[in-house]
Amino acid sequence: MPDVVIGRIGLTGLVVRFGDALSDPANRAAIAFGAALREADWTGVSEVSSSLVSAFVRFDPFVLPHSELEARLRELVSARDWTGADLPRGRRLHEIPCAFGGEAGPQFDDLRARAGLSRDAAVAELTGTPVRVLALGFAPGQGYLGLLPERWDAPRLAELHMAPQGALLLALRQFIVFTDASRTGWPWVGSTAFRSFRPEADDPFPLRPGDEVRFQEVPESEIEGMRASGADGGRMETLP
Amino acid sequence: MTLVVNRIGPGASIQDFGRPGWIGRGLSVGGALDPVALREGAAVLGHEPGAAALEMIGMGGGFTAEAPVLVAVTGAGMSCAVDGAPAASYAGHGLEPGQTLEVGPARVGVAGYLHLGGGIAGEPVMGSRAAHLRAGIGRPVGAGDRIEAAGGGRPGRALAAPDRFAGGEARVIETMQSGMWSAAERARFSETVFRKHARSDRMAARIDPEGEGFALEGGLSVVSEIALPGDIQITGDGTPFVLLPECQTTGGYPRIGAVIPADLPLVAQAPAGAELRFRWVSLEEALEAERARSEELRALPSRTSPLVLDPAGAGNLLAHNLVGGVVSADDDGEE
Repeated sequence: MPDVVIGRIGLTGLVVRFGDALSDPANRAAIAFGAALREADWTGVSEVSSSLVSAFVRFDPFVLPHSELEARLRELVSARDWTGADLPRGRRLHEIPCAFGGEAGPQFDDLRARAGLSRDAAVAELTGTPVRVLALGFAPGQGYLGLLPERWDAPRLAELHMAPQGALLLALRQFIVFTDASRTGWPWVGSTAFRSFRPEADDPFPLRPGDEVRFQEVPESEIEGMRASGADGGRMETLP
Repeated sequence: MTLVVNRIGPGASIQDFGRPGWIGRGLSVGGALDPVALREGAAVLGHEPGAAALEMIGMGGGFTAEAPVLVAVTGAGMSCAVDGAPAASYAGHGLEPGQTLEVGPARVGVAGYLHLGGGIAGEPVMGSRAAHLRAGIGRPVGAGDRIEAAGGGRPGRALAAPDRFAGGEARVIETMQSGMWSAAERARFSETVFRKHARSDRMAARIDPEGEGFALEGGLSVVSEIALPGDIQITGDGTPFVLLPECQTTGGYPRIGAVIPADLPLVAQAPAGAELRFRWVSLEEALEAERARSEELRALPSRTSPLVLDPAGAGNLLAHNLVGGVVSADDDGEE
């Protein structure tokens, strides 16, 4: 398999990277490889995760030395073509109500015009097909979802602006659902009542890499109602 | 076993060893800037090393006991006084109801820790009592708050106050992106004197090089990758930042290397303007340093000795010898 790099991160971490740039195959490989590592459950490994194009292993080098873990990772890498691997079982589908455009998404109109789509066609494209949780990061539970069709390749705005908790943003060909209000340079296209981090809950991070998300268009007033009632209005099911 | 906070500086929060295991979900480990000081306080009071303490950044605080409570202050050099009389830091004191504890601003170092007997009580969130302000877990501790001891521990023991709060040399290892810099640039990194910038927080310490920065030619970018405390990120203009416990979990800035865990408290505790230098070590040396540090930390309880009290009643002797002080170990007759 081309381009698989194993490298050190910190004193107690190794990273297996499946590409130099974000691509669908590299992301699938990272997710599938991370799942295989979790399943392997090697003694001395204390944490396994995946990010956009790599899997990360934190371990105790006094139990499992660097050289031995690296050899085992190499062996697992060459065991198959990970870019063609099936995504792991137990993934979930999240249906998240979202209001697009207007005050709920000030940059939506610019972006759909740039993509050459009418409002209805744009909403249909963005809600029609589920998108994958590629990785979580920046803030707890914050999902990077994609990849969207090429025409949604959104550049950063020239100026930073504030987007609220639950905001849906476009970043290159990815959606981001904001965990918290934050200043950002990415265009803001929609609003959800989805809470990406729930420290009080048994499952504090509803989104996991590999999960699917489908947005459902609702009027902005409904989002406000969901927020006010504390419910995020979403639905979740486990995929077969 | 409750202490009322009368005054306290900004940025004070309850901390323990944080919440490991959630990097892939976007939550960094968090926890004390100086976990060694947490262990030192636990050794002095004789409770579990992972117990929570109050982290005070730069400024100290003023406290009044509402009920009998054991206290000890470790970390950055902060003066202590009980009811106005000087009292030793790195030593356990029993406060009676109504007695006050005053902790002064840091003369050296950044983060001081107030420990209560048995640790600070509170409902853990996701297995930890640590505030993670960036993630919205917990909140800063403010005037008027009450902090409660879990109970347990014992007064009258002390540790020699360590001398590791003024910067110095930290060991670094090469990591997967180090090769983006030439060997000459990496060598220059270890020959450069850096100064800790005042704009450092629980997320990262900015360190300004004397002379040129370490910008990569062409400002190469990397795909966002897992980031860990200790990583040395170089921003586009060449300024290094050493990531600390509340860092982001992923970062798109390239990293020239990583400070080894044993030396990260030294970087975190270096006050603004303090000199920092970095020395490349091999993986083997780094692991050996880690092993040696674990042994030192394990031995901390056995290194405590009885607190020497001044028979003339002018407070205890340690108060005159706060930083780098030596505790007499042969005073069995004292109370």
